[in-house]
Amino acid sequence: MTKDQGLMSWKELAPGMYILEPGNSAKFKTGDWRSHRPVLDKEKCIKCGQCYLLCPEPAYEPNEEGYYICNLYYCKGCGICAAICPKGAITMVLEEA
Amino acid sequence: MRPELAKFKPLSIKDLPKEDWFAPGHRACQGCGTVQPLKLALKVLGPNTIAVSSTGCMEIISSPFPYNSWKVPWIHVGFENAASVASGIDAAIKALKRKGKLPKKEKINIVVFAGDGATFDIGLQFLSGALERGHNFIYICLDNEAYMNTGVQRSGGTPKFAHTTTSPAGKVIHGNITWKKNLDGIVIAHNIPYFATASPAFYMDYMNKLKKASLVEGPAFIHVYSPCPTGWGSKSEDTILLTRLIVETRLFPLFEVIDGKYYILNRKVDKPKPVEEYLKLQRRFRHLTKEEIELIQQKANEDYERLVKLCEVFAPPKES
Amino acid sequence: MGKRVAKEVSIAVADAVGQCRVDVISAYPITPQTHIVEHLAELVNNGELDAEYIPVESEHAAMSACIGAAAAGARTFTSTSAQGLLFMYETLSIASAFRLPIVMVIANRSISAPISIWNDLSDVMTTRDFGWIQTFAENGQEAVDLVYHAYRVAEKCLLPVAVNLDGFIVTHVVEPIEMLEQELVDKYLPPLKMKYKLDPKKPITMGAIGVPEVYTEAKKALDEAVKATYKVVVQAWKEFEKISGRRYQPVETYRMDDAEVAMVIMGSLAETACNAVDELRAKGKKVGLIRFRLWRPFPMQDFLKALRKVKALCVVDRAVSHASTGGPVGIEVRSALYQSNKRPRVVNFIAGLAGRDVTKDDFIELFERTFEAISKKPKFSYEIYGVKE
Repeated sequence: MTKDQGLMSWKELAPGMYILEPGNSAKFKTGDWRSHRPVLDKEKCIKCGQCYLLCPEPAYEPNEEGYYICNLYYCKGCGICAAICPKGAITMVLEEA
Repeated sequence: MRPELAKFKPLSIKDLPKEDWFAPGHRACQGCGTVQPLKLALKVLGPNTIAVSSTGCMEIISSPFPYNSWKVPWIHVGFENAASVASGIDAAIKALKRKGKLPKKEKINIVVFAGDGATFDIGLQFLSGALERGHNFIYICLDNEAYMNTGVQRSGGTPKFAHTTTSPAGKVIHGNITWKKNLDGIVIAHNIPYFATASPAFYMDYMNKLKKASLVEGPAFIHVYSPCPTGWGSKSEDTILLTRLIVETRLFPLFEVIDGKYYILNRKVDKPKPVEEYLKLQRRFRHLTKEEIELIQQKANEDYERLVKLCEVFAPPKES
Repeated sequence: MGKRVAKEVSIAVADAVGQCRVDVISAYPITPQTHIVEHLAELVNNGELDAEYIPVESEHAAMSACIGAAAAGARTFTSTSAQGLLFMYETLSIASAFRLPIVMVIANRSISAPISIWNDLSDVMTTRDFGWIQTFAENGQEAVDLVYHAYRVAEKCLLPVAVNLDGFIVTHVVEPIEMLEQELVDKYLPPLKMKYKLDPKKPITMGAIGVPEVYTEAKKALDEAVKATYKVVVQAWKEFEKISGRRYQPVETYRMDDAEVAMVIMGSLAETACNAVDELRAKGKKVGLIRFRLWRPFPMQDFLKALRKVKALCVVDRAVSHASTGGPVGIEVRSALYQSNKRPRVVNFIAGLAGRDVTKDDFIELFERTFEAISKKPKFSYEIYGVKE
């Protein structure tokens, strides 16, 4: 029925249909879009941060050691990080089925 | 030259703020070259920013109710009027600060994210008005060279011969028939405090330009070259490579213009790569003939050499 | 009570906007609204009004800038007419859906083509559906009072308000007008406080995509909000009466107590129609006048109550809706009546287009034709009256 297709009651909407929770797209998983996943070789990595800066998502986060780790919850497998890594430390690997 | 730019100390990669103000989980395509500079812009500008988007890819991917990717206050009104909405916000902040309703010392950046459709075409009047009135805001044109959000139709920013759905590479007419509109010239003619072009491969150059834009009082405009793998038929991993090649082939020189007076070339391209190296990575150019590629090569060289001359004649005065 | 001074109505309206301590004015000049925006510019540049004046490059930009300014928490004002209103058409529905307390004064003027700078209601009648609160003034005093009222209602309801006054006929005449004293205006209009606005300390998203799963609910929420403004509008008029002594109601009536035939009309022509009512009453004819002061939200109950026991209604429209079932007011009046038990005969005339003068004698003729209609049903849905054949 058409009313069952509604996401929420009209009474619960903020006036103006504003979204009051900033950045809540972080709850949404885009990681299931990908067919390839980046794999990091820490030996080659020089922690330059380009993968982190140039990732469109952003899916990379620095860890305590300063390496940039890809958050697979969001990674869409575009391959930019592997393409621009100056040391070739990232390879794109086919995602398992 | 204005002191805040003459004495500008460029950021190094270590100075960059750690936080991002654009959340992941947005719906941009894999390898989107338009959302990536948007994310970097918010990183540099920080949380004391009000963002305005025009209708387009960036607005759609970042705000599918009930989700949004904006960790800063954001408003989207229409396709053409982002610059006018920003003008209103600028006036409101000025008035409220003057009347003591907002703390006077607090700097609030106002940034507009608009595509080439919204900037070159339908929003040109609104952009011109906002620039002429001298509002304090940063307008970032994320140029992916077509109306990508509605399905890759041609815009004023579409390069000559490119295939789009409304300028298809057909048997009689071979793609887009006009050269890319010289939006840079139009914006520079408004004599705004700061104008720059940027390309994401040269990210430190881009982020320093953003920093400069945030320091000037008055309008600043940054024209960012933004590849779209979906619309251009390029591989998603080639996005950053394309942003490097576009500069190294002279097709999109990196330069700044201060107050409409001083021209600064940021990256000399004395030994350019052939334009073919750039064109062959995109399916939207695969129908090009040798003569057409030669025309593109010629124009790239002509425009670049003209820019070099402008930068020599109108170089900023040497600081004593 | 304030002092009565002779002022051109446009100037008085601009002064009233200034008294409301507006923060941002964003307007584009168009005849016949020009004197309003010119005087506001004077007030700002002379330091008499502390506001930001944005001399926008088009009406679309005017409303867009108002939306941006109101979203950032400022008290805003704009004004336009005819083609200007049509140019900002796209932004009108956005302003109301965003729940922004923008106030706009419309100097009603006919829409093109043919291009005309003279007064009728065709411009505002195209915007009935958008969720704006719409009020109508018949003279300069009403226009000024409705401006004060507009800000109070807009900010309590968080919805935009359009105050309508006839271009030239009202905007450009000099009338004795009593402006409210500043202390009373300040008491009537406390400073604007918006719970949700563009503020880096509390980020929110305005203008997300209305996916099919939420658009219906969003429209329902807006609809309920616009309907709920009726109570606020009436209460604000009651409070205004306390400080000014002047009384305003959603539907104004004139000599309706035992009227058999009533004329429904809006705008300054109502004052001429009053003269016709007086003349006919002197001859023993039982006639009266009904005017919509509040047009949106549609004051259904007030309207039905005002009808009393009329046998026929003469609806005089100032706009055409080509090949429809009536002029805009005619269509809405018939729709309201059909939902009630009252069934007076309705005769719909369209008169006074683009500043064409409608005289007292014309109104007398319209009343007489309505009397005839009681026994002989007219064959037309609407008639454009006063055409040279």
